Amino acid sequence: MAYVFFGYFAGMITLTSILVVVLRNPVYSTLSLLVMFFHVAGLYITLHAEFLAAVQIIVYAGAIVVLYLFVVMLLNVNRDDRYHSQSRIAVFVSVPLSIEFLVLLSGGMGAARRDPAAMAVDAQTSDNTLTIGQALYSTYLFPFEVASLILLAAMVGAILLAKPHIGKNEDKDIPQAPGAQ
Amino acid sequence: MSELGLRLAISLTQIGAIMGIVIVTVLLLTLAERKVLGWMQDRMGPMEVGPYGILQPFADAIKLFFKEDIIPAGANKLLFTMAPIICLIPAFIGFAVIPWGPNWTFEIGGITVKPFVISDINIGILYILAFASLGAYGIIIGGWASNSKYSLLGGLRSAAQIISYELNVGLSIIGVIILAGSLSLVTITDAQQGWFWHWYLFALPAPQIFAFGVYVISAVAETNRVPFDLPEAESELVAGFFTEYSGLRFAFFFLAEYANMVLVSCVAAALFLGGWNAPYPGTILELVGLPSLAWIENTMWFAVKTYSFLFLFFWLRATLPRLRYDQLMKFGWKVLLPIALANIVVTSIAVFVTQ
Repeated sequence: MAYVFFGYFAGMITLTSILVVVLRNPVYSTLSLLVMFFHVAGLYITLHAEFLAAVQIIVYAGAIVVLYLFVVMLLNVNRDDRYHSQSRIAVFVSVPLSIEFLVLLSGGMGAARRDPAAMAVDAQTSDNTLTIGQALYSTYLFPFEVASLILLAAMVGAILLAKPHIGKNEDKDIPQAPGAQ
Repeated sequence: MSELGLRLAISLTQIGAIMGIVIVTVLLLTLAERKVLGWMQDRMGPMEVGPYGILQPFADAIKLFFKEDIIPAGANKLLFTMAPIICLIPAFIGFAVIPWGPNWTFEIGGITVKPFVISDINIGILYILAFASLGAYGIIIGGWASNSKYSLLGGLRSAAQIISYELNVGLSIIGVIILAGSLSLVTITDAQQGWFWHWYLFALPAPQIFAFGVYVISAVAETNRVPFDLPEAESELVAGFFTEYSGLRFAFFFLAEYANMVLVSCVAAALFLGGWNAPYPGTILELVGLPSLAWIENTMWFAVKTYSFLFLFFWLRATLPRLRYDQLMKFGWKVLLPIALANIVVTSIAVFVTQ
């Protein structure tokens, strides 16, 4: 039963990932990205990582892809000339990638097998969220704080880029006319 | 395999029952809204169909069902068809984790059944948030696929609004999660038993009154209701994202909006108002000597709480004018967000000190 679900999710993830790159209409690409994220969440559920699955949907499907869709719809990029200059780069990228694919296919058999039953921490009964929370705030506290600091820096940077005139116009609600400054 | 079949049969029965209840509630709401608005504005509301207009919802449903289904010539057919369904599914799927009645279990053929909740998963509230955020896609895609300026602008407005206010909904709930120490709606409701001051709205050490305020306002905004109905502001955008929709597809959007209202009301009742718990300890039917019928009293209390929250939606619609778009964004990010964050800090400190 588990293999059926895994096969479905893995197949859909592969298919929709390819569709993201192949489809010509950027809105369709974004939507297949959405379907892909959804199936990744499904894969997490088959691994009994419900918390991660919910967060995956909330963050990626619920927020990030909405913003992509927003941008794609407003820009209305429907021209084909974006694709013409990319074929040479594609060759360079595809060679190492296909080598890696072959290595994975052949070497996967020789790699040290980890017994999944030995690793599972009684996932059925234990509280997933509690485990993740305790791990994040004890073992991985420092990386966690560093990650949040990086996000904060990115946020400040984005605000600075978008609003170079902070403090000059801020106290007035009505934006000034172009010649007013 | 028979165990799986039995489990499937029980789940499908529960899903069917709850879908039925939600659809009946939506039918009631469409009539109740027009009646309540009418009374508040000193009118009668619909009076023609049936006695006092009580058959109006059926007339509306039949009308929508038999209307011509038009797909505009310039529209993207596939996405135009999919959008109402994408909108409707997340609105209904969230009801799977709502506890409607007491946390009873009984055994049928070796499997444990919880009759008043379809699925008690341990991330209940996150599950609802996750699917609520997907509802925005139906609106954006519908707006874009219609290939019309009004629809596109309505869809984009809605996307921005839902993302902004979804954040506030999520943050206002965190206080309750800290107090309950669980994400499961069943556990959260169970923790609010006893007198009504045990409800998380009033509960010590950190009453969630401010969080409740933020939740109510954000919930109204997230369901695109007045005074936050900018995606369908008729004076600016004709009808917003569903301008080009007619017939059954329009009915789907309509159903999704009302189902979302019911869902956020159920969440509010379960998280802040004690869910199915009566405002007094236990139940009256239990004291009278009918403990097996106590669930009726409990589900009735849940219904009362949900319906009073739904009444609030109508009340706001009759009272408040629509916000301007920049006011909406400013209010969400500069007023509600700081309140919700401050509430998290205060609640965390209070819980830490009293532990």
